[in-house]
Amino acid sequence: MIEVKNLTKRYGKITALDNISFTVDTGEVLGFLGPNGAGKSTTMNIITGYISSTRGTVTVDGCEILAEPRKTKQKIGYLPELPPLYVDMTVRKYLEFMFDLKRVKLPKKEHVDEVMRLVGLEKHGNRLIKNLSKGYRQRVGFAQALLGNPPVIILDEPTVGLDPQQIIEIRKLIKSLGKKHTVIFSSHVLSEISATCDRIIIIAEGRIIADAKKDELSKVLADGQQLTAVIEGTPADIIAELKKIPDVTQAKKTETLSDKTGRYAVEYKPGADIRRETFHAMARIHCPILEMRAGSESLEELYLKLTAKAKGGAEA
Amino acid sequence: MSAIYKREMSGYFNSAIAYVVLAVYFFFSGWFFYLYCFYGDSASLSYVFANMFYIIMFVIPVLTMKTFSEEKRQKTDQALLTAPVSLTEIVLGKFLGALTIYALCCAIFLVYGVVISFFAQPQWSVMLCTLLGMFLLGAAVIAINVFISSLTESMVVAAVVGMAVGLLIDTMGYFANLIPVDWLRTVLDKINFLNYYTNFTYGILSAVDVVFYLSVTGLFLFFTVRVLERRRWS
Repeated sequence: MIEVKNLTKRYGKITALDNISFTVDTGEVLGFLGPNGAGKSTTMNIITGYISSTRGTVTVDGCEILAEPRKTKQKIGYLPELPPLYVDMTVRKYLEFMFDLKRVKLPKKEHVDEVMRLVGLEKHGNRLIKNLSKGYRQRVGFAQALLGNPPVIILDEPTVGLDPQQIIEIRKLIKSLGKKHTVIFSSHVLSEISATCDRIIIIAEGRIIADAKKDELSKVLADGQQLTAVIEGTPADIIAELKKIPDVTQAKKTETLSDKTGRYAVEYKPGADIRRETFHAMARIHCPILEMRAGSESLEELYLKLTAKAKGGAEA
Repeated sequence: MSAIYKREMSGYFNSAIAYVVLAVYFFFSGWFFYLYCFYGDSASLSYVFANMFYIIMFVIPVLTMKTFSEEKRQKTDQALLTAPVSLTEIVLGKFLGALTIYALCCAIFLVYGVVISFFAQPQWSVMLCTLLGMFLLGAAVIAINVFISSLTESMVVAAVVGMAVGLLIDTMGYFANLIPVDWLRTVLDKINFLNYYTNFTYGILSAVDVVFYLSVTGLFLFFTVRVLERRRWS
C-alpha cells in the first residue's frame, strides 16, 4: 500500500532522515516509534506531501506523491502533530470545509455526521473550536483525517495531551480503523504503540534501527536473554556460584542496594530457563533471593537500548 | 479553490476584519465625498478617487496580513498543503477572498454616484472607468500584500511591511524626481503604480494601464506560489 524508498531529507547541513526504506501492507497498523526529534514527523510530512524529500520516493497505492500529488493526497488522511484547526470555526463548519477541500464525493451531511459520531463529537457540532478542550480538538483533527474514508490514515502522535480515558478511546478507534484502512501512527511512548500495532518501526537519529512484527521484535533484537535478581550475600561468592550454572554466559553485579544486598544481571543462552537452577544455587550458599525476573527484555528496555546505541553510533 | 475561497470569506466575516475594513473605507470615502463634492460643490468624484489610495494603503495590508502568515503560525497550512489542491488554487482562493472584500469596499462609490444624481448629472462613464482603475490597482496591491504575508509567520510584520510598501508606492513619484540619473528615473516612473491610475480618473481606459495592473497582480501571485513551493523543498 505504501512504499517508502531511500528517503533522505536534509535541512541545510543537518540530516533529518538518512536513507529510510520500508513498506506497509494494506490493512496493516504500523507503529512508528522513536524519541523526539528522531525523524518521525519528517517522514510523515514527506509521505503526505507537506514537505519534499531531498532524495527518495514515496508511493501510495501505486501513485507517486511528486508525480501525481492530487491523486496521492486524496488517498491519505493526515492528522499532524498539531491538528490543523481553524479555531474561529464551529466543528461542523470546519469539517464541512475540510470535506470540500478534500473533494470528497460522498453525501456531505451524512458523511460529516457519521465521522463526528465515530470520534464522539456528535454533541459538539455547533461549538467553536477555540472553546474546545485539547482532547476534543484532537478528536476534531482525527475526524478531519477520516473524512472521505481514505485508504491510508497517518496519525502523528495522536494521543499526546489526552487524559487516560481518552487515550484508551483513541486506541480503540485506531484498532478499529485497522480493519478497513492502512494506518501509520507515531509515538514516543512505547506502551502506546505496543497496545495498538501489528508492526513496529523504531527510528532514531533519522535511521530505522528496527523493523519487525510486534511479538518478533524482542526475539529479533535481543542479543541474549537476561535475568535480573536482587540477592543478599557476598558478591564474589554469588557471582562465582551464578557462573557455575549451565547455560549462563555472563554474571555481574549491576547495583548495590545496601551493605549486603545487590542487584545482579545474569545473561544466558536464548531459549534456556535458569530460574530454578539459580534458586538452588543460591540456596546452596545460603544467599536468599529477594527478587527475580527472567525472560526476554521488555520492549521498553529494548527501545532504550536501541535508541541509545543509535545515538552513540551517530556521535562516534 | 472554492472551498478555500468560502473559508476565507467566512473568516473575514466571522472575525471583525471585514467589518472594520468596510467601516474604515466607507467612513473615509464618505468623508472625502462630503469634503470634495458637498463642501467643495462639485459633481466630479475624481478628487475623491485620487485620495482613496491613502485609505487603500492602510486597509489592504490589514485585509491580507493573515492570509499565509497565520496559516503558517497556526500550522493550518498542513491541512491545505496535504489536501488534494494545488498551490495555485490555494493562492487564488485566498487572493479572491481578499479581492471580494475590497470590491465590496469600492462598491460604495456607486452609492455616491446615485447621491450625486439627485443634484447633478454624474459622468457615469468616467466614474465607472475610475472604479475599474481602483479595482485593478487594489488587485495589484492585494497580490503584493498576499506575497508579503507568505514571507513571514507574523501577521503584524506582514501588515507593517505592507503599509511601508504602500507608502513607498505613494512617494515613488517624488523620489523619481529627485534622482539625477536619467535611466533610473525612467525605470521608477515606469513602475510607479499611481502613474497608471491617473488615466482612469480622467475616464481614459488604456490597455497599457490595464495590462500593467494585471501583470503586477499575476507576477506577485506567481511569486507567492513559488514561496510556498520553495518552503516545501527547504
